Amino acid sequence: MSTVSTVGTTSVPSGTRRPTAVPRRRGRRRRLWGWLRGVTIAVVCLIVALPIIWMIAAAFKTNVQVTDPNVGLIFSPTLENFRSAFADGAILGSMLNSLIVGVLSTAISAVLAVPAAWAVGRFSMGRTGSLVLVARIVPAISLLVPWYYLFAQLGLVGSYTVLVLSHMFVAVPLILWIMIGFFEGLPIELEEAARTDGLSAFGSFLRIALPLAAPGTAAAAVLAFIGSWNNFMFALILADEDTMTMPVTLFNFISYASTDWGGLMAAATLMTVPVILAAVFGQRYLVAGLTAGATKG
Amino acid sequence: MPSPTVTEAPTAAPEQPAARATTRSGRKAIPFEQANRRLKWALLTPALGFVALMIIFPLVFTLNLSLTDAFGAVNANNAYIGLQNFIDALTDTRRFWPAVWRTVYFTVGAVLLQTVLGLALAMLMRKAFRGIEIVRTILMVPLLATPVAIGILWLLILDPTNGIANHLLGFVGIPPQEFLGSVSQSLPTLMLIDVWQWTPMMTILLLAGLSTLPEEPEEAALMDGANAWQRFRYIILPMLRTTLLTALVLRGVDALKTFDIIYATKGPGGGSAFEAETLNVYAYGLTFDYQEYGLASAVLVLFTIFIVAVVVLLRRRTGRTSA
Repeated sequence: MSTVSTVGTTSVPSGTRRPTAVPRRRGRRRRLWGWLRGVTIAVVCLIVALPIIWMIAAAFKTNVQVTDPNVGLIFSPTLENFRSAFADGAILGSMLNSLIVGVLSTAISAVLAVPAAWAVGRFSMGRTGSLVLVARIVPAISLLVPWYYLFAQLGLVGSYTVLVLSHMFVAVPLILWIMIGFFEGLPIELEEAARTDGLSAFGSFLRIALPLAAPGTAAAAVLAFIGSWNNFMFALILADEDTMTMPVTLFNFISYASTDWGGLMAAATLMTVPVILAAVFGQRYLVAGLTAGATKG
Repeated sequence: MPSPTVTEAPTAAPEQPAARATTRSGRKAIPFEQANRRLKWALLTPALGFVALMIIFPLVFTLNLSLTDAFGAVNANNAYIGLQNFIDALTDTRRFWPAVWRTVYFTVGAVLLQTVLGLALAMLMRKAFRGIEIVRTILMVPLLATPVAIGILWLLILDPTNGIANHLLGFVGIPPQEFLGSVSQSLPTLMLIDVWQWTPMMTILLLAGLSTLPEEPEEAALMDGANAWQRFRYIILPMLRTTLLTALVLRGVDALKTFDIIYATKGPGGGSAFEAETLNVYAYGLTFDYQEYGLASAVLVLFTIFIVAVVVLLRRRTGRTSA
């Protein structure tokens, strides 16, 4: 930064007072600005992170401590909340349900959406691809009503099938959208070279494009899984007691255990920690996935 | 988004010479163009079929249901009653119209606030600094975290008597607030939670947009003596326009459909006085609490038309001005 300002000042005609006066003042102002910037960013991070930290802390507090605002972040932690949460069995069962539904809906969605994304990206079917956006725009509730109506008539409400299908409704467009951008970003030359060497179009997808797209696919899949893991509305209606997923279990907790803040926070922490881990380890790729398509009009 | 880059790609793809009839391995080759036509549909059909089955068919079904008096059990017989449900919804000034205004109020307020804050933060974080990876990780947590968990967490923080929020406000001499416990403060409080949760998303999107901008125009402006505000207002902002509007549309659509946090914190009807009942919460309650399938379908048709109209208007505006 300092080198830039010296270069700038040398171009100013000599003989004026500016070359010596300006850089020093600029330097001081810049340093002040840098400090201000750092402090602001730190404060924003605190505002963003503190509620989550508060939640995790509360999960390790006794119920008396949770509702005492004088007990801050320094206290002797207890595992009692987690012990009772797991003892209940409902939490563990619904975590398992969330896992089953999340993995199945993500895997099937990826199998459907990744080849389709390649086709859209490589064969210039932007218009067809943008149909996917309809899925992002249409309110999920306006699909949930007919789904419920139809699935209830078929006696399927409460089955894993219906849950997986409904979660795929979010995952297929999401993976498709992310992967179209990803395949467009891959250099086409490699595939062209492979094809002139005798590989079929599908072969070049399978053997060239797909391996190259592995990081993008992983990011899209993680985001799709998180979407399923977090999904509340579909499971609230389409799941029954045996297939209930984590968010619904958590929600049901509020009504009959509103005094058990510690238990609630422990359950909320169990839901959030996997997502935090994904953010920590996959930060770079997930950001690419989240911003896919947004920067190109 | 129908990106123009996508539609241009086909013409750019090199035409295969017609002379090449066999591949190197000696097999009879299908001309690429022809093979591609078959292949692309083979690859697309499963995904598109799924989308059609899960979206277009239900939408048609909803439209059909909205013209009936469907109520109660899903197996009950329905009769067509024309547009009566739409008339009922549009003349309902007790639940429907207040829900519409709440939806608009919530969306416009929350999204504008998070756009301004997100843009400011993105500009602050634009130049690389040490620790940016950590900052980005922190920013990602609220937008990946489970909305229901977030809602419950804020219920604890904002608890009128035992919450930490009022405790902290007490330090600076602000009297305790009711927050989600009061009729008048519920919606503004939910907007603030939305701002807390989604401003980071705005920042991440705009940061990505900023990183794609060319540096030359700004350098030229710097040479011409433009100050920081002028460079932002006349150089960066116009260049960032597309990203900004895309982010606005994405966030706007999601905010219009906010359900989880409202329902988790305020329950059915958005509270006892329907104080936080947005269109989404209203339609949900109408369907699954009251089994008013016909009326609910009419509300959903109106809701869907409303959202699609907003998106189309915004996109047409951007298209016209940027063309």
